[in-house]
Amino acid sequence: MEGFLEYLDMGGYAVWVWPAYGLVTTGLVGILAMTLRTLKARQKEFDELKSLRRNPSADGSP
Amino acid sequence: MHKFANPTLFMRIANAIFPWAAGLSIVLFTIGVPIALVTSPPDYQQGDTVRILYLHVPSAWSCMMVYGVIASGSAAFLIWRHPMANLVARASAPMGAVFTALALMTGMLWGEPMWGAFWVWDARLTSTLILFFIYLGYLALADAFEDPERGDKAAALLAVVGSVNLPIIHFSVEWWNTLHQPSIISTSGTSVSGAMLAPMLLMVGAFTSYYVAVLILGLRSELLNAKIRNARTSHAAAGQAAE
Repeated sequence: MEGFLEYLDMGGYAVWVWPAYGLVTTGLVGILAMTLRTLKARQKEFDELKSLRRNPSADGSP
Repeated sequence: MHKFANPTLFMRIANAIFPWAAGLSIVLFTIGVPIALVTSPPDYQQGDTVRILYLHVPSAWSCMMVYGVIASGSAAFLIWRHPMANLVARASAPMGAVFTALALMTGMLWGEPMWGAFWVWDARLTSTLILFFIYLGYLALADAFEDPERGDKAAALLAVVGSVNLPIIHFSVEWWNTLHQPSIISTSGTSVSGAMLAPMLLMVGAFTSYYVAVLILGLRSELLNAKIRNARTSHAAAGQAAE
């Protein structure tokens, strides 16, 4: 346990090392999540437009 | 090269590359992070802060490499009207901005304990900050116009003009007397020990393959966006013709 705490302390530089890893993880996961979310939303919008073109009366217009 | 302007062929190649890039990125991160954080030794001068450099160097490499892709894609778009080159640039820009922000922030987190300051107006740091602003400008310009083509052209022009900053960043440590250390890898070899070079190269590979994989996802998204725009335009034109 003491060895693990010593490792977490990073030789006294924990306050610099761990935030760096946290920031990079957040940045890389964040941009991947944002890209996937946009892709999913656009795919949904495109599918809706396609079905609207196949069936024009489905858009609710008279 | 012009045959790659065909979106169908381009995406067929990109989609074939995607699982390899994504897989390689996962494998390299899985190997690289434990080596960077656990098994690699602390530096005799920097102590454990050297572990920050296993993130800082790949981020800095990626932000410049991605900008190179954006500038080349933008030039191809402006000269040859390659639509895929423009989409590659557009899909790369958010990642480039994030890589630059990460390079700056990890550099600050390393700089405070080693230099005694989060920030100095050193040539390398300042030119990288300018690169970050160019990325922000590109992203803002690309979506600033009602006519998307005008936004594409304005952003592409900015990207090409802004590419003058790349050699400034790269050679800043040689041209000026900077606090930032010179390149650790050159044509004459490296000054870094193998135990530290291994995690650095693994992480550079991980970041690069991550970029390629997310770029391909971004390209799919940008292509869908272009199709949605075309469908909406033709839908509106059909509506006007019916009236």
